[in-house]
Amino acid sequence: MADPQPLRVALAGNPNVGKTTLFNRLTGRHQRVANFPGVTVERVSGTLTGAPDVEIIDLPGTYSLTPRSVDERIAYDMLTGRIERKPDLVVCVVDAANLERNLYLVSQIMDLALPLVVALNMVDAATSNGLEVNSEQLSNALGVPVVPLIATQGEGIEELTAQLENVPTPPEGRKWELMDAVSKRVPQLVDELAAEAPDLPHQQRFLEVLHALAEDQVLDYWRNTAPRFVEQVEAVRQDFTARNVAFRHAEVAGRYAWLGQIVRRVTTRIKGPSSVSDRIDAVVTHRVAGPFLFLLILVLIFQAIFSWATPAMDLVETAVGWLSAAAQSVLPDHMLTDLLTDGIIAGVGNVVIFLPQILLLFFFLGLMEDTGYMARSAFIMDRIMKRVGLSGGSVLPLLSSFACAIPGIMAARTLDNERDRLITIMVAPLMSCSARLPVYTLFIAAFIPQQQVLGLVGFQGLTMFSMYLLGIGMAFIAAAVLKRYVIKGGQNYFVMELPPYRRPRLSQVLRRMITRSGVFARRAGKIIFGLSIVLWFLASFPKGPPVDTAASLETETVQERDALLAQAAQLVSLHSDAQGNLTVDDDHPDLVTARSLEVQAAELIATATDSIQFAAQAHQIRNSLIGRFGRLLEPAMQPLGFDWKISAGLVTAFAAREVIISTLGIIYSVGDGDDSVALRDALKADRYADGSPVFTPLVAISLLVFFVFALQCMSTLAIARRETGTWRWPIVMWLYMTAIAYVASLIVYQGGRAIGLG
Amino acid sequence: MTLKDLRPGESGTVTGYEGLGPAGRLMEMGLIPGTEVLVVRLAPMGDPMDLKVRGYHLSIRKREAARIYVEKA
Repeated sequence: MADPQPLRVALAGNPNVGKTTLFNRLTGRHQRVANFPGVTVERVSGTLTGAPDVEIIDLPGTYSLTPRSVDERIAYDMLTGRIERKPDLVVCVVDAANLERNLYLVSQIMDLALPLVVALNMVDAATSNGLEVNSEQLSNALGVPVVPLIATQGEGIEELTAQLENVPTPPEGRKWELMDAVSKRVPQLVDELAAEAPDLPHQQRFLEVLHALAEDQVLDYWRNTAPRFVEQVEAVRQDFTARNVAFRHAEVAGRYAWLGQIVRRVTTRIKGPSSVSDRIDAVVTHRVAGPFLFLLILVLIFQAIFSWATPAMDLVETAVGWLSAAAQSVLPDHMLTDLLTDGIIAGVGNVVIFLPQILLLFFFLGLMEDTGYMARSAFIMDRIMKRVGLSGGSVLPLLSSFACAIPGIMAARTLDNERDRLITIMVAPLMSCSARLPVYTLFIAAFIPQQQVLGLVGFQGLTMFSMYLLGIGMAFIAAAVLKRYVIKGGQNYFVMELPPYRRPRLSQVLRRMITRSGVFARRAGKIIFGLSIVLWFLASFPKGPPVDTAASLETETVQERDALLAQAAQLVSLHSDAQGNLTVDDDHPDLVTARSLEVQAAELIATATDSIQFAAQAHQIRNSLIGRFGRLLEPAMQPLGFDWKISAGLVTAFAAREVIISTLGIIYSVGDGDDSVALRDALKADRYADGSPVFTPLVAISLLVFFVFALQCMSTLAIARRETGTWRWPIVMWLYMTAIAYVASLIVYQGGRAIGLG
Repeated sequence: MTLKDLRPGESGTVTGYEGLGPAGRLMEMGLIPGTEVLVVRLAPMGDPMDLKVRGYHLSIRKREAARIYVEKA
């Protein structure tokens, strides 16, 4: 890099103002996604196209710098240099069509005395909405440069870039009026804070005092480091309250008063406001049409995730299989080869297989975000979600979780209320994800009769549907309980902008889809990689002697083969003379029989090799740590109707749910689950020592219920750790879900037996 | 009266807040005393409300709206 201290430009702005579009325009391909230290907010940065010494950091979209949400805290800390070197320049993106509220943030940034450029975006949207903004007048009124832009078209980018290279002097002095009563008391508090927190730059003290006065959260922030300051703020607050001074309104009212008159001066209404967005809303949020449309969109997304993704998923599966086979054929027959193929390739394949679904999901989510529909879905659903302790914003994360809990948990970031976000994350894995589907399918196809109910729906379909309902119902109950007893604090409120409808740009949607999916693949991939190795180890060790069934099967087969060959030889000898020459024609029936016996013998060995191998694997699994663990668990799982094989399957399913199928495939010696019919038959045929079946429909239902509730997915735990920043929540999540799964299966199995089923 | 009492299509001017609650956030979104508010519509199930404030659409629940005093226009 040419300059050891690159110019740092922070991109600030409200949500929905085209900040990301502008960021992409400025940086092109030179982007980097990381995390802000200690929190899960993504830190997206890049270098200015053509100027690698200019670093641009995309701050989270916020309405304000008063640190209430994680995003606001990050934006504020970034701008004030608390977590990284202070930016040399701030570009605040504002929506020209919604100037007044957007300028609120601008006025807060101005008070930090940082060099500032206002990027007046979406001037085209403003014009079509009948508004014209005079950017020169605006620049004069604010005292900072203003560059008009249409980021989506790339208009004004050059002018903005030129402005970046010519850093303006920071705005000076506060331009808005703070109400007298408050204004009088501020200097004394500023001095007190300066004395107790000398490191705090003086430009920041004023804003910090205002926030401490208005927000308890900010006041608590200082409680340890500046106790005298906190004491004084509390005293001043009491005084204000006693004198009926509306001090909590002071900052907001002062800023809006100043901004209101600026906006009136610099904007001209050239025609009546456009009603396009309102007319769309009249349909989209209509009492009847709205929910119907929402349902329709859901069905479409589900359809896409479940069927359109299938060809791609099959392709991934084939590719993984091919890769594993190729590795096996190239590499020597060694334990490390097994580790690579059965452990690493299979494990990572388990994640990659979901990529098609995740890509599609992120595509639809991006589309909904960019059109403005996302906010409407929250608007429509809030009433229902509120009832169970969630908010309208939880709808999409939860819906995403039907594909996979990982993107669902990541989508919860859009919730600006920390408590709602946490509750949403905690219940998201209860939605039946696509990894449960193969398990549901196997056991339903094997054990649920194919009868019709009332001649309409099949028993099997109904069972499948009940599994989904069961998950949703429990998610609602869990949310209500978590909210009431576990995750407390924080006001639960719903304040959401309904942004105007916009035409989405495919390139933007695709780009974000790829970035987000990439983040998923990397994060989940890393963890899966490690845990796959561990699980492979547990399934492969200790190495037992190749005895038991495998060995006896081998002996049996050899004996059988030898018998066949002997029979053939005897037939041949019947028609041979002393020298071993045949005394009859080649097509004599006895000779034909002898030849077919030899063929049979060869086939016997060929087929037996496979079953010997599977038997050896089954033996290996039984003796491996997982098998031992399964047998150790058996007494605890027996009340649910599960034997050691299912228990061992459940242990391996902790990596990923669908793994239980390949584990059972190995245990039942029918191969790796490709042949599900064979596995189905093997499951049905399995008997306990006393001759009773291992699997009855009741056991199958008990197992299905267990799968609905249990958190068997290490990727989910890993992502929950990333998103909550601590292991505490993933552990709680795992414990409560496992407990529910156990109790529910227990009730199903014991209850079923009590009423004479199974 | 409070903002909750306004019916769709009716507008009013904010006169004040009851208690603290999320007032900070609401005020930052521009809903401060003296601001004109139009109730555009209610969500399909009657809650939350879709408001027009300072030229944009803001959605809040009735529970919060019940704590904002307005003077009907």
